[in-house]
Amino acid sequence: MKKPLQITVNGEIRQFFAEPYCSLLDALRDELLLTGTKKGCDEGDCGACTVLLNGQAVTSCLVLAHSAHDSQVTTVEGLADHQKLHPVQQAFVDHGGLQCGFCTPGLIMSAVGLLQENPNPTEEEVRFAIGGNLCRCTGYNKVVEAILAAAQAMQNKLKA
Amino acid sequence: MPRFEYLEPHTLRQAVSMLQQHGSHARIVAGSTDFLVRWRTGVWKPQYVVNLQHVPGLDRLSYSPRNGLRLGALVRVRALETSPVVRQRYPALAAAAASFAGVQVRNLATVGGNVCNASPAGDTLPSLLAFDAQCRIVGPQGERWLPLEQFFLGPGRTALQPAEILAELRLPPPLPNTGSLYIKHSPRGAMDISYVGVASVVSLQDRGRVCRDAKIALGAVAPTPIRAASAEAMLRGQTITPELLKRVAAEAQRLARPIDDVRATGAYRKDIVAVLTQRTLERAIEMARGAEMPFEVQRRLAVQAAF
Ligand SMILES: Cc1cc2nc3c(=O)[nH]c(=O)nc-3n(C[C@H](O)[C@H](O)[C@H](O)COP(=O)(O)OP(=O)(O)OC[C@H]3O[C@@H](n4cnc5c(N)ncnc54)[C@H](O)[C@@H]3O)c2cc1C
Ligand code: FES
Ligand code: FES
Repeated sequence: MKKPLQITVNGEIRQFFAEPYCSLLDALRDELLLTGTKKGCDEGDCGACTVLLNGQAVTSCLVLAHSAHDSQVTTVEGLADHQKLHPVQQAFVDHGGLQCGFCTPGLIMSAVGLLQENPNPTEEEVRFAIGGNLCRCTGYNKVVEAILAAAQAMQNKLKA
Repeated sequence: MPRFEYLEPHTLRQAVSMLQQHGSHARIVAGSTDFLVRWRTGVWKPQYVVNLQHVPGLDRLSYSPRNGLRLGALVRVRALETSPVVRQRYPALAAAAASFAGVQVRNLATVGGNVCNASPAGDTLPSLLAFDAQCRIVGPQGERWLPLEQFFLGPGRTALQPAEILAELRLPPPLPNTGSLYIKHSPRGAMDISYVGVASVVSLQDRGRVCRDAKIALGAVAPTPIRAASAEAMLRGQTITPELLKRVAAEAQRLARPIDDVRATGAYRKDIVAVLTQRTLERAIEMARGAEMPFEVQRRLAVQAAF
């Protein structure tokens, strides 16, 4: 039977019902209709379902929705400031960091999680941070370029 | 998919009584990374899931020079990777954590879940064994302590009795002049299960010439992670020489009883045990002699990928 829960998603308190066995991923997609977060494998392997849970990147397919009761979740939908893309999103566009785009929300959330903890990562640190995200199109180089460029842009903005 | 009811205890005592009430129909979850995969594939079919994540204090990590490292069962693998005190005093454990899955899984997976899941290939297990971890177990009869070495009974099988919960792990403080490292050999550099994992902890004396104590633990080469006791004994009290390390590595290889599976043949795994034992010992000795080994370097060493 569905039970009530409350999660702050992208800054907004959302109260809804979910089955006891519903994952955070299914709750986001099917109950809250936030379909930006993708389901690639439902086994924790592909990273397409990455969101920030209390500020940390997690595979939302491995989280029970009820376990996230009263927590803070950020999905890819929560990054842009109205029409203005988040610097990581903008960098993916500018540097060709995506092709089919299926892995992109997950990669972007991993990158945002990384840059929150480490605003000035080396290339090796970027590759380490996206080790849990599979992309079958780009070959990763342009993804890494985009994340490094985003880090640079965010640093410049801080200095300005 | 069979469905389950979700239960959320707020104390360990409450969790134990939920487990008592529902017996074999209940299963504990911590980070739920093993659980949700096994549930979706139909391997585990509990009617009740007892989520430990909201029991306060179970995710505490603390260190004191007297008592060593205390790890609540709910401490995340990511915390082991990033904790300054773990990196400094228990480098083999931080390296094991860094070799584990990807960031997103490490942010969920708990050390207690890794231990209780009792996979022979569990990445934190060789390091925990090599640091002589002790388990604090809470159950219907109260509390008991058990050396981690006696905790593993077989793949997925542990010494936990019905309604018992692993509450905490304690790692004694390392001796002075100690170094340690974990190396995992796996198909890919990220997100893969190890073919073999080896953790070595070495303490030196007499200005770094003589081995005071050594611990070596092997993962994925027997039904449980194991200590290579006879290999360790060859090092204790001895002057360290390259020949000695070779013989110790050969002894560790002899102790390994790996299986053939889709990842690697047993014979290949045995060869790798010798290589990784020697490498982890050499690096641990360098560290024990005071060589600077930044975490980035340890992390690079920690995963030796085949592809
Ligand atoms: C994509 C992916 C990659 C992975 N990569 C790795 C890897 O590289 N290395 C590795 O070692 N593992 C890996 N794993 C396995 C898994 O993440 C680890 O075993 C993890 O540590 C399990 O912890 P958890 O908190 O998620 O456990 P859960 O899934 O919550 O529980 C696991 C088992 O332990 C029991 N349990 C948990 N906590 C307790 C407790 N305190 N007392 C008693 N019983 C308890 C549960 O009942 C269950 O049987 C991976 C898993 C996935 C999905
Ligand atoms: S859908 Fe969650 S990791 Fe693939
Ligand atoms: S862009 Fe297609 S999978 Fe990454």
